[in-house]
Amino acid sequence: MGYKILFKEEVGPGAYRMIIEAPHVAKNAQPGQFIVLRVHEKGERIPLTISKADKENGEITIIFQVVGKSTKHLSLLNEGDELQDFLGPLGMPSEIDNFGTVVLIGGGFGTAVLYPMVAAYKEANNHVIVINGARNKDLLLLEKDLSQIADEYYVTTDDGSKGKKGFVTDMLKELIDKNVKIDRVFAVGPVIMMANVAKLTKQHNIKTIVSLNPIMVDGTGMCGSCRVEVGGKTKFACVDGPDFDAHEVNFDLLMKRLRMYRTEEKISLEKFEKEIQNG
Amino acid sequence: MGKIKPKRVEMAKRPVEERIKSFDEVALGYTEEEAIKEAERCLLCPKPTCVPACPVHIDIPGFIKWIQKGDFLQAVKVIKQDNPLPAVCGRVCPQEDQCEGSCVMGRKFEPIAIGRLERFVADYEAKVGNIEVQPVKEKRAEKVAIVGSGPSGLVCASQLAQMGYKVTVFESLHEFGGVLVYGIPQFRLPKDIVKREVEYIRKLGVEFVKNFFVGRTRTLDELMEEDGYEAVFIGTGAGLPRFQGIPGENLLGIYSANEFLTRINLMRGYKFPEYDTPVKVGNTVAVIGAGNVAMDAARSALRSGAKKVMILYRRTEKEMTARAEEAENAMEEGIEFHFLVNPVRYHGDENGWVKEVEVIKMRLGEPDESGRRRPIPIEGSEYRIPVDTVVVAIGQVPSPIIAQTTKGLKRHERRGTLLANEKTFATTKKGVFAGGDVVTGAATVILAAGAGKDAAKYIDYYLKNKDKPNIWEELTNS
Repeated sequence: MGYKILFKEEVGPGAYRMIIEAPHVAKNAQPGQFIVLRVHEKGERIPLTISKADKENGEITIIFQVVGKSTKHLSLLNEGDELQDFLGPLGMPSEIDNFGTVVLIGGGFGTAVLYPMVAAYKEANNHVIVINGARNKDLLLLEKDLSQIADEYYVTTDDGSKGKKGFVTDMLKELIDKNVKIDRVFAVGPVIMMANVAKLTKQHNIKTIVSLNPIMVDGTGMCGSCRVEVGGKTKFACVDGPDFDAHEVNFDLLMKRLRMYRTEEKISLEKFEKEIQNG
Repeated sequence: MGKIKPKRVEMAKRPVEERIKSFDEVALGYTEEEAIKEAERCLLCPKPTCVPACPVHIDIPGFIKWIQKGDFLQAVKVIKQDNPLPAVCGRVCPQEDQCEGSCVMGRKFEPIAIGRLERFVADYEAKVGNIEVQPVKEKRAEKVAIVGSGPSGLVCASQLAQMGYKVTVFESLHEFGGVLVYGIPQFRLPKDIVKREVEYIRKLGVEFVKNFFVGRTRTLDELMEEDGYEAVFIGTGAGLPRFQGIPGENLLGIYSANEFLTRINLMRGYKFPEYDTPVKVGNTVAVIGAGNVAMDAARSALRSGAKKVMILYRRTEKEMTARAEEAENAMEEGIEFHFLVNPVRYHGDENGWVKEVEVIKMRLGEPDESGRRRPIPIEGSEYRIPVDTVVVAIGQVPSPIIAQTTKGLKRHERRGTLLANEKTFATTKKGVFAGGDVVTGAATVILAAGAGKDAAKYIDYYLKNKDKPNIWEELTNS
C-alpha cells in the first residue's frame, strides 16, 4: 500500500486535484464518503471528501484547497511521491434515490465533492439541477465536468465575473420563485452558505441535506472531535454523517468549533513557511 | 526458602517535580539485584493462588524461579508461553486485584511484586536484544482475520500464529496497539514498548495491515466470503466516547477523554508544533470522572502545561474505579480531587469557549446495581467553578459500525456491546468471535488480553471441527 500520487494539477488558485493510488479504498467507496490522510510521519490526520473513486484502476481523486500547514505540505508533493497514510472510505454514504428533481449546490470549494453526487443522482434517474457558486470566475471548480453531466447547470459568482451575480441562494430562490418543483436539495460548501440554503429551503419546506466538515482526528468514531448538534442532539459526523438534515443542524456551533484551533493553525503554517524558505 | 521477608522491594519512581514537566515514564523499574531480591521473597507455592487469578494464567512461580536463579531470559520465555505482552502488562495490569491480590504472602505481609518482576524480565530481554521466537510446530492452511490491534487482538493473533494459522491483523489507525497507543500515555507506557511487543508478534508470523477499517474499507462479510478468511476475531474495543448530555457540552475547550488522549498520545500533540496536531490545554483543567482514563487525562493535562488540574467526581474516594496506584500518583503530582460533585451545565463566553462548569453537590444513598452507593443530587447546592479546559472521562462504548455493516452480528441493544458466548467468545455469526471491551464494555488491558487468548483456543477448535454439523450451535450454547 504505497498511496502514490499518480496525478496532480492546479484547478484554481491554491486548489489542487490529485489522483491517489489506493485500490482498497476505491473498491468500496460510495458518493458522500471521505478519506483521512497524513502527509508525513509527524503529520495530522486530515479528512477530505472523495471527489471520484475509480474502482477499476484502484484510484481515488481528491480535491483540496491550501488552507493551513497540512494542505500546504500536501500541495508541495508531486506525482510519484507517496502519502504517509490514507484511510477510507469513511462516513455513511449519501442517501441516493429517485426523488424526482434534485438541486445540488456547491459553494466555493465545496463544489469539489459534488461530481460523484451528481453522477449518482443522475444514475438514479433524477432530474438534476446543479448550482455552482464561487467568489469569482477563477475560483469556479469542475465547470466542465458538472455542466456536461447535469440536466440544468447554473453558475453564480459574487462579483458577477461569470454567470449570475450573487450567491447560490439567489439562484435557488429564482428557481423556487419560478415554481420549479424541487423535491430535494443537497448543499456542500462554506458553513454560512449551507446555513443560508437551509434557511431558504425551510421556508419552502424542501427537504435539504448538507455535507458537514467539522474538525476530525481519527475519523472512525473514537474521539468525538467531529461532534455536531443535529435536532438538539450531539452526533458524530464521522459515524452518523457527514450528511445531515440541514433544517436540524446547529450551524452556529459548527462555525465556532471550526475555529477552535485557529491560533495553532497559524503557528504551524508560519513555522512551515519559514522551513520552506530556509530550504 | 529461609526467613519470610514481609516487605516488598520498592521500585524507584521519577521525582514529582521532574515528572510533571515531561512525558517520560514515571516508574523506573527494578535493577537486576532488586529483581532477584524481590523474587527471593516468593514462596513458590506448589499450588499457587496467583496463577488462577491471572486472566492469561501466566506460570508465575515458574518464571519467578528463574529470576531467583538469575536467568532472566528463561523467565521471560515462561511468561511468553501465555502472554506475548509482558512489558505492557507488567506496567498497566491492575495486579493488586489479580495475581498480587491473591498472593498468599499478601494475607499477612506485602504480596510479591509480580507485575514489577514481569516488567523487569521483559525489559531485560529487550535490553540484551535477543528476543527469541519459538518455531511453529505445524503449519495450518486456514486464514484468520483479527479486527483491531489492541490487547485482545494482539494476544489472539500471537496465539493463533503459534498454532500455525495464517493470521492478519487489520488496524484502522496508522499505528498498531489500539488503546495502548492512543489511550495510555507515554509516562505509564512508553510507545516504544508497544512497538517492541508488536514487532515480536510480527516475528511470530502475523501479518499487520494498518489504515484498514473493517466495516468500511472492507466489510467483514467480504473478508470471509471473498478474501478467504475462515474465522474472524473482533477486538475493536470501546472507543465511542460517552457524554453526560448536559447543556453546553459542545462548547469549545470541552474534550472527550479519548480525543484529548488521542491528540496527546497517538498524534503526539504534546510536541506541537514539531508534530502537526495541536491540543488545547488551558491554565485550569477539570476532568470529569475518576477511572484510570480520568487519571491519565488529568496527569497528561498537567504535563501539557496546565497550572491547576481538578478531578470532579460524583461519588467519593472509596468508589473511584482508578487503580489505587494511579490515583496515588495523581495526588502526588498535585491533582486536586473534588468528590461528591457532578456537572449539570457548562457556561461559555461569546466566542463559544467554555468558562465555567456548574456543578451540583451530591450525597451517597443506597447501593445501586454496581454495588456502589448511588450518588444523589442535593437540591439547590449548585455552584460554578471557573475552567479553561474540560475533559469528560465518564466512559466509552463500542462503535456501532462493525455491527451495522456485518450481516448477522447482533449487539446488546442498550449497551451497544457485541453479543458473544462468555466461554467460547462465539458471536451470533458463524465463524466470528469477539472479545475484550467490544463485548464487555470498557474494562482493562489484561481482561482483553485474556479474552484474546481464550478465544484463540476456541477459534482453533472451530477450525478443526468446522465441518461438524451444528458446530456453531455447540460453540454458542456452551
